[in-house]
This record gives sequence, structure tokens and C-alpha cells, in this order.
Amino acid sequence: MSRLLLRGGRVIDPARGIDANLDVLVNDGQIEDVASRVSTRGAQVLDLKGLVVCPGFIDIHTHLREPGREDKETIATGTRAAAAGGFSAVCAMPNTQPVNDNEGITRFIVDKARAEGAVRVYPIGATTRGSLGEELSEYGDLSEAGCVAVSDDGRPVGSARVMRRALEYAKPFGLVVIEHCEEGTLSEKASMNEGAVSTHLGLRGAPAMGEAIAVERAVLLAELTGGRLHVAHISAAASVDAVRRGKARGVRVTAEATPHHLLLTDEAVRESGYDTSTKMNPPLRAEADRAAVVSGLRDGTIDCIATDHAPHTVDDKKVEFDAAAFGIVGLETAVPLCLDRLVGEEILDLSQLVSLLSTGPARVLGLPGGTLAPGSPADVSVLDLGRKRQVDPARFQSKGRHTPFAGWVLKGWPVLTLVGGRVAWDDLRS
Amino acid sequence: MSFSHRHLLGIEPLDPGDIQTLLDTADGLKEILARPIKKVPALRGKTVINLFYEASTRTRSSFEVAERVLSADSLSITTAASSVTKGETLLDTAKNLEAMNPDMVIIRHAASGAPHFLARHCRFAVVNAGDGAHEHPTQALLDALTLRQRRGRLKGLRVAIVGDILHSRVARSNLWLLSKMGAQVVLCGPPTLIPPGIEGLAPVTYRIEEAIEGADAIMMLRIQLERMTGGFFPTTREYHRRFGLTAERVARAKKDVLILHPGPLNRGVEIASEVADGPYSVILDQVTNGVAVRMAVLYLLLGGSPEAAS
Repeated sequence: MSRLLLRGGRVIDPARGIDANLDVLVNDGQIEDVASRVSTRGAQVLDLKGLVVCPGFIDIHTHLREPGREDKETIATGTRAAAAGGFSAVCAMPNTQPVNDNEGITRFIVDKARAEGAVRVYPIGATTRGSLGEELSEYGDLSEAGCVAVSDDGRPVGSARVMRRALEYAKPFGLVVIEHCEEGTLSEKASMNEGAVSTHLGLRGAPAMGEAIAVERAVLLAELTGGRLHVAHISAAASVDAVRRGKARGVRVTAEATPHHLLLTDEAVRESGYDTSTKMNPPLRAEADRAAVVSGLRDGTIDCIATDHAPHTVDDKKVEFDAAAFGIVGLETAVPLCLDRLVGEEILDLSQLVSLLSTGPARVLGLPGGTLAPGSPADVSVLDLGRKRQVDPARFQSKGRHTPFAGWVLKGWPVLTLVGGRVAWDDLRS
Repeated sequence: MSFSHRHLLGIEPLDPGDIQTLLDTADGLKEILARPIKKVPALRGKTVINLFYEASTRTRSSFEVAERVLSADSLSITTAASSVTKGETLLDTAKNLEAMNPDMVIIRHAASGAPHFLARHCRFAVVNAGDGAHEHPTQALLDALTLRQRRGRLKGLRVAIVGDILHSRVARSNLWLLSKMGAQVVLCGPPTLIPPGIEGLAPVTYRIEEAIEGADAIMMLRIQLERMTGGFFPTTREYHRRFGLTAERVARAKKDVLILHPGPLNRGVEIASEVADGPYSVILDQVTNGVAVRMAVLYLLLGGSPEAAS
């Protein structure tokens, strides 16, 4: 492969403490050199003056829906959405049909992604067979076939015994157990957060404490077993507190937060008049919870930002609120939302945000990338901090169109995504 | 002057002036029900569809009577006898009805927000006849009309709402309406049936004796036995003993206290028969006023002027 020179951009590589105008030389799919004035001889040159050059962003919580629900999303469309949103890699949740609980499904995903994927796809296997919460999946085979973690996302593991065994058994395979923390008996038939807003709207609510109870339990089980736990889409103040205390005790726990839990509250359900684009699980919480998640992100309790990109068909969403599917798309809005609302409002500085989208997720799951250090894969996200655009679901690459952020005008968008030195998405000139 | 709302989705979006107009119009129209020939041509040529996804006796028949008295052409769809049993979605059903050009659809549905969903996607006017645990605006209006007839005002009245507040759309609509009109509401029920955050809207007590002390009116809510799968209280026997409206409790209330209940009654659970059928009960007045209030809603939303009705 020919050499590619990314010239004159502001390079931010939090893993190495770099924030400076530098050239990045890509050779044979890897970063060869990052320096001021790299020789251009024999290289194709991309002038990135005025733009920000970051390690490729990694979304560790994506639903690609394939196999089984190709009407909602495919590996091709989901990874195109990722590339368009500035992500050079995604981790695919196993709640496909059939569930990714065996090496056959894992290999299908890996092969399909190699053939049709616009970005890297790292499969996540099911914690339990069929995600039924009873018997462990074959972690050895899953790991060998390419799974980087296990999770029963969307179907919280009910039994403490099974959760304990998962955390224990995953250890020799280096698999992280990602848990969707929810005490199911407290959230039966719930369609939003429990609180003054659910009372007002007459919708059944799930209390924030139902998440926190499950987080506490999972953290204690990680402590008991020495297993490696990752808390998915943390949304409640008491959950953040549980992770913070666990980390202080030395428990091997990490956590992620989504842009929607960082930016919205359950008031969005009321303000939108029961719009099903505000329905997801965990639900949008109260302001105190939102603020606590932001604090957790700032103080390092929360290790990364993840989208929980969960595409659905129009038929799944254009129904009564109670009947609508849980979930919204996120890959194509996460980066501009974070740039505009977190960096733009000075809640995070740019380097912190880049870290939470690249170095952070790479560390959580032990993935390659997350840095522009020479020898790393040439996965690069380029941002235009000055570009202003409206969120328009009609222009999404994803098949999913449901987002509570439709119509928001955001400043700061991803404009170029490289995966292994290849251009996966180029929006430089639009 | 005409009524400024296109739909009646709830009491919460109304201002006190709107509520006043609805009640005054109902008072004006009520007289028609006492005539030997109970029919006026006010809504001739208007088509109204009653779309009921939940069982209803009072509300549906009350809307139907109101439609006939005002000469609207109407039909009622109950889901047991419709394509809903074949799996048709709410939106498809509504879009098919819309294609028949009705002026108004009156909907009752178990999903909170279902009327808002129709209002967003369809052209016709929408009236909420009860959505999930959200609102039941015409019930609150008929309760208010009953109170106003008996007491001459709403402002300053003390009203106790007792029972299953958690699942009750009647409680929510009444709470909005009475608060907006300057009445004082106190809520009462077992803690398991008090929804979170409601104490920000009205004081809450767990003792029925405290709730009804000094009350001008007591609104008893139905214990929705069909929804009581969550173990909200141990037995109906204990519920009656601790939270039911018994003759002994009424004896300690204000002498001229009014007792309301939206029906259907669970006799011997939330209310003792001797109270339901006793001298303070205005339960059947509520039903009569229900027709008048629904006439007012139909009339105002379909373009009638408040002055002409009085």
C-alpha cells in the first residue's frame, strides 16, 4: 500500500499527551511517524490544516442487528454509519437472531464484516446461552473466534450465581463481562424512568435505584471473584457512586456512558409529547442522575463514551409509547453532540473527549488502537470543529432513523475516517 | 369567541378560562336533557367516531347520548368486534378511519399518550376518553360540574381524593382541574399506590380519617382489581378496613360532605354500600352531568360558540 501523509492538522493523541500541529505519516496500514514536517517524498498528501487529527474512535456498544434483523440494520449499513460518525471500530452486541452465543455466529460476523464492513467490527459474545441467563456460553471458543467480551445486553443476568460464574470463568480468556445492570423485578412493564415525570404522564416507570442495585451487586461479585466487569450505559447517580467506590477498593470495574444520558433527562419524554424517540433502556433519568453521570465522566469514574446505537424500523417505533421498541440510533450523532455540548460548553476539554472516545474504550476492552503512536494501526478520525450542521435523520447511513436529537444544530463534526490507512468515510469537501 | 383548542387531550393543557367555558357551556346545554324532545341540530352533518380499546359502560354510552342529542352522526367501534383482533395497529386503524373523513375521534386506550399519538398523525379532532394512567379529562369536568352545582363554586373547596392514585387517570385529571380552579386537594391511599413526585402537586396522607376531615367532597377511586397483580396491598379485606369509605368514617366528616365515585363501584372494597347509596352520595348526579359535559366538549371542539349555548 502507498504512503499517505496527513499534513498540518492539530494532532491530539491523549495516550501520549500530544496536542500540537504535526504531520502523520501512514504506511502499509500503520502509523509510521508523527512529527513536525515529515518528508512528503513518495506519499499521497492530504492537507488537514485547520482540522483535528485523532486516534480513530471506538464504539464499544453497537447493535448491528445482523444476523437476523437485517430490516433494522446490517453489518454494511451499521459500519457505514460508524464511519460517517467518526468511528473506525465498533463492538457488536450479541442480541442478534440467533444470539451470538457460539463460534459459528461469531465467525459469520467476523467474515461478513471483513467482506462488507466499512470499519473494524469486534464481536461481543453472549454471557449465557441464548442470553437466557442460565448456562454460560463457550467462552473459550467465542474468544478464539474473535469475541472481545461477553454480554447479555438487554437481558440482564438475573441470577447472582450465574453472574458470579461468568466473572470467574471469563478470567483465563481475558474476556470482560459487560453487564446491562437492571433489577428486573423493579422495572416490569416500565417504559421510562420512574419519577415526577412518569407520574405526570401516567407511564410506568423503572426506578434509578433498580439499576444501582444491579450495579452494586455486579461490583461486589467482581470483588468476590477478581473478575473483570464493565458496566454498560450507566445512567443513575447511585450507580456512578457504586462504581466509584468499587474502583477505590481496587475492584476491576469500568463503566461507559451514552451521549443521551449525558445530555437529556426524562423531561424530554414530556416535552416531546410521548415521542418514542425518547424511549430507550436504560431510560432517560432525572437531572440529578444526568449531572452525576457527567461528574463521573469528568472525574474518571466513567472510562469511556459509548453510543448504544440501537436501530429499529419505523414500524417498531411509530406506535403507542408503551408498545414501542426500546432504543435509538447514536453512531452518527455521538461525536458532534459531544463536541458541541460537552467541549463547546467547557464540560470536557477536547483532549479529554478524544480520550473518552478512543484511548478510553481501547483500554476498557484491551483493543488495538486508541493512539497514534508509531506502529499502531492507522485508524484515524479527523474533526472539523468549525463545521455547523443540523442533525437530519434522512441523511443517516444507518437504517435506523429514531433519535431525540433530530433538528439539533451542532458545531463540530467528523469529516474523515481512516481504517488501517484506508479512507472509510470522506466528507472533507461537503 | 370560540374555544381555542382543537383537541381535548387532557386537563393539564387547559387554562382556568377554558375550564370555566366548558363548565358554563355544559350548564347551558344540560337543560336540553330535560326537554320532552331531547334533540337539537347543533352538530348536524358532523361525524364522530367512538374508538374504545378498553371496556367502558358509562363513558361510552354517555358520549353516544351526547352525540345523538346534538344530532351528530356517530358510530362506535369496540376492539373486540374490529380488525384490532386481527392485529391491526392503532395507526392503521386510525388512518383508515381518517380516510372516511370523520370530524372527531373519541378514543379510550390502555396506553398513556395514545390520543396524543393520534392527534400527531391524523387530521381529525381527538378527544381523550381515558388513556392509561394519564388523563380522563371529561371525568374531571363532570366531577367539577357536580361540585359546582352543589356548592356554587370550586374555589376554596377542600377535596379528598382517596384510593389507587398510582393507576388512576381520574385522579390526575381531577388534580389538575381542581388545582387550576383554586380548590385544595388532599390525596390519600396506601403508600404503595401513591406515585412518586405527586407530593409536589398536592399534600399526601396515608390516613383516610385525616384526608376526609373538613373535606367538602370525597372522591373515592376504584381499586382496579384487574391491575392488582403487583402485591400493592395484602387483601381487599384489609384495604376496606384501613382505606375504605365506611359509614363510621363518613359520620365524622363534614355534615354536608359530597361523596363522588367515577364507577364502576367495588362495593365493600373502597366504598361501603350504605355510603354509596346514602344521602351524601352524588354518584348518579355525576352520570347525568357526564352527558352534559360531553355535549359541551363536542359542541365547543366542533365549532360552536360558547355564547350560543347559554
